[in-house]
Amino acid sequence: MENLIWLIPTLPLLGFTVLGLGARSLPKGMAAFIGCGMIVAAFLLSVGLAGPIFSGESLSQDLFTWMRGSRWSVNFGFQVDQLSWMMMLVITGVGALIHVYSAGYMHDDERHNYFFAYLNLFVFFMLLLVMGNNYLLLFAGWEGVGLCSYLLIGFWFSNNEYNDAAKKAFVMNRVGDLGFLLGLFLTLTVFGSLNYSELFAEGADLEAYGSTAIFTAITLLFIVGAAGKSAQIPLYTWLPDAMAGPTPVSALIHAATMVTAGIYLVLRSLAFFELAPFTLNVLMWLGLATSIFAATIGLKQNDIKKVLAYSTVSQLGLMFFALGLGAYVAAFFHLVTHAFFKALLFLGAGSVIHGMSGEQDIRKMGALRKVLPVTFIVFLIGTLAIAGIPPFAGFVSKDQILLAAYEHSPVLFALGIGASLLTTFYMFRLLFLVFYGQSRADHHALEHAHESPLSMTLPLGVLAVLSVVGGFLNWPGLMGGNFWLQNYLSPVVKEAEKHHHISHSTEWGLMGLVVALVLATIFLAYQKYISKAAVPAEDANEAGVGKVLNQKYYVDELYDAVFVKPTQALSAWLGRIFDPKILDGLVNGTGTGLVAFSSAIRKIQDGAVGIYLFIFAFGILLLLAFQFLF
Amino acid sequence: MAQIFNIVPLEHFIILSLILFSIGVIGVLLRRNMIVVFMSIELMLNAVNLMAVSFSAHKGDSAGQVFVFFVMVVAAAEVALGLAILVMIYRNVKSIDINELKQLKW
Repeated sequence: MENLIWLIPTLPLLGFTVLGLGARSLPKGMAAFIGCGMIVAAFLLSVGLAGPIFSGESLSQDLFTWMRGSRWSVNFGFQVDQLSWMMMLVITGVGALIHVYSAGYMHDDERHNYFFAYLNLFVFFMLLLVMGNNYLLLFAGWEGVGLCSYLLIGFWFSNNEYNDAAKKAFVMNRVGDLGFLLGLFLTLTVFGSLNYSELFAEGADLEAYGSTAIFTAITLLFIVGAAGKSAQIPLYTWLPDAMAGPTPVSALIHAATMVTAGIYLVLRSLAFFELAPFTLNVLMWLGLATSIFAATIGLKQNDIKKVLAYSTVSQLGLMFFALGLGAYVAAFFHLVTHAFFKALLFLGAGSVIHGMSGEQDIRKMGALRKVLPVTFIVFLIGTLAIAGIPPFAGFVSKDQILLAAYEHSPVLFALGIGASLLTTFYMFRLLFLVFYGQSRADHHALEHAHESPLSMTLPLGVLAVLSVVGGFLNWPGLMGGNFWLQNYLSPVVKEAEKHHHISHSTEWGLMGLVVALVLATIFLAYQKYISKAAVPAEDANEAGVGKVLNQKYYVDELYDAVFVKPTQALSAWLGRIFDPKILDGLVNGTGTGLVAFSSAIRKIQDGAVGIYLFIFAFGILLLLAFQFLF
Repeated sequence: MAQIFNIVPLEHFIILSLILFSIGVIGVLLRRNMIVVFMSIELMLNAVNLMAVSFSAHKGDSAGQVFVFFVMVVAAAEVALGLAILVMIYRNVKSIDINELKQLKW
């Protein structure tokens, strides 16, 4: 199996090639089969690597030399260790489920085949990102997934708003990518290599290369990249807009896999981050701020996908928070469980949208649990998981992050709880508004409301099971578990020694406190949205804080005023004044000047042989005189 | 050979060829008739030939005189070609006044 590693990313690439070239001629069923088949095959191949991975080995395969400089070279090669293997399983596993789901969801779309081609391409680049054995390949995958994200957000490109959303995502990611690229240049300059095996070799003395300042600079630049890709403050605004894409895209790219690339980058570069305590602090506060900020916005959103989008931003913030705290395993654990339950929630939302003929406004839903029973059950499971009800997956991973926060300081713990309670509240608000109470849908949509086909409910079921049992991956020792994920990741991700100053009783107490608060929050949401049957007001009728939250703190407007408008004004000036007047003036002026000059001097050459001869003789005389005189 | 310089000094040959050359230059510059211009060019050519022969004799080195033979042969060929072109021009424009031949410009 080990020498087939190259096949894992190649299969989705092959799928993309076949589907892309045959998009016009392949029948839909065939295209969906190829698209799903490639990902399932890649998943099975990945599973086949389990033996050596579980025994703690790191597999690698060099294909060819990609670039060679005078003092460095980069191979096109793969490295599969415990970290990237788990990522590969999530990408191909959740990816395969979402592909199957898409076969149902996109069935009536006329560009169905292109959709699968793009999805396959995305999986290829994402696998390249996590499997590459050097930063350059990671960067190639990083850019590739950005491209696919752009293509898929703007998939329905006849709607201009969707195009704008796609452009926004692309441009904001460019900002982050620039930071990442500069970080790579700095790494190459300082260490003379981009290969993990050389940079992070066992016993390699990184500190011999540079001061803390160097590591702080590199890691801060990496964070800029990670903030762009993983939608952190200040580059997060693209992710909610990215919901313009088809729902499976939101689930796969903008919840489960691509947006976690930033966390993968940090985990991959842990050796750098450990030497830059300042950056870890930045990471912690950045993550916490994003988490709370996005969660508050989520309270007042009325688009089912927007709520989930802000929830994703918030959860990603929580992962960065954990990374900053040094709880690397907890961050990665949350990444995995989040991939399960957030993909589930998005696909569930997609099922609702599908059943409601495209309606996304939760004010026009309600009482759907009877119409969409399967969707309701899985959505409930996803909501319980993200809210943190034991023993669902989200509870375990979030609890470990909060515990790490408590070890740092009770204040961080309290802030972390705040973020997670906000999550609980808006998720149950969503659940109650969509599935309970009175139906507010218009008759037309309600008449056609139907449960989704099997190809959609089957992946939902699998993800629901994963959302329930995902927590057992790293079941805490306190509750009879053995921290399997932590031991499994130990060859790659080494956490600093725990101080163990938290006693078991405190741990139980904290856990109980969190659960009690979560239950109280759920009760609050129940009171408001079921007992009082409150329905969110129209956007125009919001007032005060509610309006600010509903309008997302006016961050988009702020960016618009600070960056977009000046840029457009500059472009308009360049287009209206600078280009036609100054640049064209220069170019045309050179032309007309030369024409005028030559028509002046061409009079000398009037064809009269006598004058030629005269100039000729006179010239020779001049030359001779010159020679004699000087 | 060299004793001729006892009778006519070298300077006279040089002055003569300079005069001939100058006449040639003036003829080329001032005359309009192409045939005369052509003849003036021949005059310049032969002034140079005379100069070459004189120095050759003065130095006692026959190479210069051999070269002059070559120059005369080439000049003969050139005259044949030049006159042929002249005839063609006359047939086309019915004129050999160089001031009227102004077609060959920009």
